[in-house]
Amino acid sequence: MSRNIRRFAPLRRLLALLHARNLEFIRDRRTLGWNLLMPFGIVFAFAFIFSGPEKPLFKVGVLTPSGVTLAQAKAAHLHPLLGTRFVDFYTPDNADAAVRKLSRHQVDLLLDLRSTVSDKPVIADTTATTTVVGPLATSVALAPAHYWVNPDSPKGYLTEQLLRLNDRNAVRNTVSGKAISYVDWVLPGILGLNLMFSSVFGAGYVIVRYRKSGYLRRLRATPLTAFEFLSAQVLSRLLLVMTIATLVFVPLTWIVGLHVAGSGLLLFLLASLGALSLISLGLVVAAYVSSEELAGGLLNLCTWPMMLLSGVWYSLEGSSAWLQRIAQALPLTHLLDGARAIMIDGAGIADVWPHLAILAGMVLVFLGVSAVGFKWRVD
Amino acid sequence: MNVGPATATGSLPTKNSASPPSTATPSVLLEATGLVKHYPKVKAVDGVSLKLYAGTCLGLLGPNGAGKSTTIEMLEGSLPPTAGTLRYRGEPLGDRFRQESGIQFQKTALQEFLTVRETVELFHGLYDHTLPIDEVLRLCALEELEGRDNKKLSGGQLQRLLLAVALVNDPNVLFLDEPTTGLDPQARRAFWELVQGIKARGTTVLLTTHYMDEAYVLCDRIIIMDHGKFIAEGTPRGLIEEHFGEGAAERPGPEGRPHNLEDLFLKLTGRDLRT
Repeated sequence: MSRNIRRFAPLRRLLALLHARNLEFIRDRRTLGWNLLMPFGIVFAFAFIFSGPEKPLFKVGVLTPSGVTLAQAKAAHLHPLLGTRFVDFYTPDNADAAVRKLSRHQVDLLLDLRSTVSDKPVIADTTATTTVVGPLATSVALAPAHYWVNPDSPKGYLTEQLLRLNDRNAVRNTVSGKAISYVDWVLPGILGLNLMFSSVFGAGYVIVRYRKSGYLRRLRATPLTAFEFLSAQVLSRLLLVMTIATLVFVPLTWIVGLHVAGSGLLLFLLASLGALSLISLGLVVAAYVSSEELAGGLLNLCTWPMMLLSGVWYSLEGSSAWLQRIAQALPLTHLLDGARAIMIDGAGIADVWPHLAILAGMVLVFLGVSAVGFKWRVD
Repeated sequence: MNVGPATATGSLPTKNSASPPSTATPSVLLEATGLVKHYPKVKAVDGVSLKLYAGTCLGLLGPNGAGKSTTIEMLEGSLPPTAGTLRYRGEPLGDRFRQESGIQFQKTALQEFLTVRETVELFHGLYDHTLPIDEVLRLCALEELEGRDNKKLSGGQLQRLLLAVALVNDPNVLFLDEPTTGLDPQARRAFWELVQGIKARGTTVLLTTHYMDEAYVLCDRIIIMDHGKFIAEGTPRGLIEEHFGEGAAERPGPEGRPHNLEDLFLKLTGRDLRT
């Protein structure tokens, strides 16, 4: 009997520990709730982002007449190419940026419809079968469409053939330039992703651990203020992540031929501001939470949307407007958009200042929220 | 460092009365009036008042759950009271109090990858007025350990480091919250010697402890609290004589030995186990 008891002792001990740990986990309701919600959230987000029609084969930028949306142009059959399936049509923010993308083969064709209609009707179109509202309701065809294509782009060639089948009168313009490789495009994203994880988790976890161990309570007994403490944490982490980022980035320029078309100093400034905003975001979580497990969950909540929506792996251009609006609220989006503009387009400070300003604003908001609600001790 | 036995070996040593200690009117360094602390279902502290006189050591004693920790946390300024006032040198607790006070919590983690000297240097940098680092290390007998990682310190060594951190600003008032809990007798007595040395420098000390011999050796006055209220206050010897008769601290009692603080403590707070 006693021999049997001894034989099963390891199992008994294991079960005792398992039971105690399970009780601890179940009774920590916030952590339990988070562990249940997180998988649902991730699956739901993935399903939502990647659901929808088949992936298009070609990407065409469409410059629409003033006041006309792409949807209105399609509805009004403003150009026959717009009815082609499996082509991703999008409206560029400005024509110059679209031509630059065309030169790098990031867009297959740029269709300019701005001169094809007039605001002043000449003849009312009584044969139209589609009800058109807005500016196109009283417009009329005026001139042939213009388009830009890069003769060096294979997909540009095929898209042009599609266009010519639909519209023989379209006026051709060409741009030249080598294709940007996916590696060139995605590397800033990967570096940004690394910066994000190191910043958000690095700052957040340490403070939660300090609080749980009572170290923060000890510091509270000194003249140190919350702002001074948080600033020191931010600067320490910033120094670390920027040193590592620089040590990784510089060799990459030689090893994989990573090219920076713009100013390296501006890129460093943008990366520093981006890292600051991400560290401050981690502090927002760390300021309020005492459980390491809950902190881990909340920090994941901060990082997953950025991993999916900030353009790390793919561009959100052409995706729904509300998805793009969400992306604009994420610091990593501004870091990556600015970094790619500097690295690929050679953008200067005049081009990227909106990103710098938004990141600086985020730093102030996040640091303010952290300092106001900072808890020195476990409740 | 001399870690030999301190004054409290065998029977409890005789102490001179010390409440308030000096002949001149002692100044009040810290004064609490009507302190109350409510938690959602518990009234932890129920209207206590005390005066901490400069240059003295006051002991706060009480069974578990008496409200001792809550009281000292309020006195340290780390827990806001529900009601009542706290004044340091006649002013509400503020930056001056933080600059001039030192606290040794019962349990405090320090940064793991720092050495003893680096830890003292860190806290040294947080105050306006400080003692030289070498003097702090010497005061706490840490000279030989200054290069050792915090995480490699024994219990007694860690307590000495925490004391060094509390002394780095040469505090006027020092809070010691159960500083010798978990230490072996040698380490406890070595710690007492350190505290005696600190008292000799004129530092005012507020001590909480579960060890009655420790309170007897170190404290000029003691307060015993239970159920959130102060139930006795005086010199250790004076309180023993008040409850067991004159000379009770020296003359053998019914149990064949002189009465001590533990007898008094049990008499006032009962023998029931506190949960």
